[in-house]
Amino acid sequence: MSAIIETQPAVFPAQLSRHVGPRETLSHTLTMAYRALLRLRRTPEQWADVLVMPFLFTFMFAYLFGGAIAGSVTDYLPALIPAIIVQGVVQASVVTGTQLREDMDTGVFDRFRSLPMARIAPLAGALLTDTIRYAVLTVLTMLVGVMIGWRPGGGGAIVLAGLLVILTAWSLSWCWALLGVTARTAGTVQGIAMLIMMPLTFLSNAFVPTQTLPDWLRVVAEWNPLSHLITAIRELANDGVFGADVGWTLLGAVGIAAIFAPLAVRAYMRKA
Amino acid sequence: MPSTLPDRAIEADGLVKVFGTNRAVDGVDLRVDTGTVYGVLGPNGAGKTTTISMLATLLRPDGGNARIFGHDVVGEPHTVRQLIGVTGQYASVDEKVSGIENMIVFGRLLGLSHRAAKLKGRELLEAFGLAEAAKRPVGKYSGGMRRRLDLASSLIAHPPLIFLDEPTTGLDPRTRGQMWDVIRGLVAGGSTVLLTTQYLDEADQLADRIAVIDRGRVVAEGTADELKSSVGTAALQLRLADTAQTAVALTVIEQVLGVSATATPEAARITAPMGDPDRVTDLLLALRERGIPLAEVSVTKPTLDEVFLTITGHATDDAASAEHETEEVAA
Repeated sequence: MSAIIETQPAVFPAQLSRHVGPRETLSHTLTMAYRALLRLRRTPEQWADVLVMPFLFTFMFAYLFGGAIAGSVTDYLPALIPAIIVQGVVQASVVTGTQLREDMDTGVFDRFRSLPMARIAPLAGALLTDTIRYAVLTVLTMLVGVMIGWRPGGGGAIVLAGLLVILTAWSLSWCWALLGVTARTAGTVQGIAMLIMMPLTFLSNAFVPTQTLPDWLRVVAEWNPLSHLITAIRELANDGVFGADVGWTLLGAVGIAAIFAPLAVRAYMRKA
Repeated sequence: MPSTLPDRAIEADGLVKVFGTNRAVDGVDLRVDTGTVYGVLGPNGAGKTTTISMLATLLRPDGGNARIFGHDVVGEPHTVRQLIGVTGQYASVDEKVSGIENMIVFGRLLGLSHRAAKLKGRELLEAFGLAEAAKRPVGKYSGGMRRRLDLASSLIAHPPLIFLDEPTTGLDPRTRGQMWDVIRGLVAGGSTVLLTTQYLDEADQLADRIAVIDRGRVVAEGTADELKSSVGTAALQLRLADTAQTAVALTVIEQVLGVSATATPEAARITAPMGDPDRVTDLLLALRERGIPLAEVSVTKPTLDEVFLTITGHATDDAASAEHETEEVAA
């Protein structure tokens, strides 16, 4: 088995670069995204949440709360579908963090660290591929909504709504990536993330109108960043309105990514 | 290409790594010449893997410094990574995807195009006897196959320096032999190899020079022969044609060589320390005079096991040697 190796002498690279350039960084990130895609194909269980949640939560909330909150199921859907989408992608973004932790526990990350590759690529690649999961969840929830009577009136703006929610989930996944890199087990990531996200999704304008809340809670719900995202999606999808909440959400998303992406990469490199 | 290769592949001075209160590596110096196999020998927990991790930019040293082909591992990690291949004690490959997919991803990360990475991957899988398993998920590979895939992944860019951390630990003797052939092939192609092992025969077989490392320190360094001769003399081994004469033979040896020999009863093999080779002639003549015919005469040098025992004052790790024995039995 050594025959072929003898005929191929060691190569001392003609040029040695001291740093990774932006083009290489992009190429490495895309390669890592390709790797994540290969893994996604081989691990169907990673699709379970994004395939089941749209059906489960849409039906459950629509028929359970529709009558009580909005008078009828159909009247509840314009408010509900954006909320279900946001709740879904936020939870799916947590899975990104837990999977990163599990992935890092396998030996292959030792090899990535020993390769002359961009340090950000293993994280950025994984996060990039997970936007596919967010997209599937978003589109599927919208379809389920339309199936049971949602008629979004925003026209083409619904595409913008989808993109906005995917971008926000991607930004948010940097938080979980940081948690994933620093936490000891995938279970820890899951536990801490749920502790943060459960109150954040429910103490918002997602499922009930904020007017019905006590004063102190209404303030919390209205300041909740997820409320801004949900409002932005509702306005875009239902009315085609490009409101202030879209701006706030974009600002928030960019801000989160700007803070947490460098932190996550730094934590990853410290481990490296 | 080779003309630009510096003479020294690795220079390490006083490397230190501390985990909590444990000084895992406690001032290691290494000099590895280009184009040689260098063996780092030591029991479990001696600091071998930690040393390699620092040299391969995976761990930041707490003290000292190291250069790979003249490039500092802390100051120029990216440059160093372009010059090395690392194969760890535990296979660093992706379990969820197939062998060829692993090779494509690593090849792409090393700057090859998708097509070139696939071609190179196929070629290496073929060379390592993994062509048939190329499309199977690595999770279904045996331990030996994973190890081979791991080594194949380290060779995609033909790096001039290859770190092999216990490349044969846990492999059956046949696969171990194949691994040795690969390592010899790499050196024939001009690569420099730094290899850690807890198997003394492995270092003896492969390495041009050996550093014996114990409790984070290099306790001895030299060629296998130097290490052995530093420990002591060779031994004369005799096998008698007639085992009944063993007692007489032992007396003769005592008289002629002035040392006490030992005998293994079942094989009638007598072992005697051999200080002065010239006296052996006297001994053989004396045995002839007494009418003690010999079936076999041989001289053995001390094994590295004995070297290790003498240098460190304790035997190689019990668990390690037990594992070694079990494998040989399994063969």
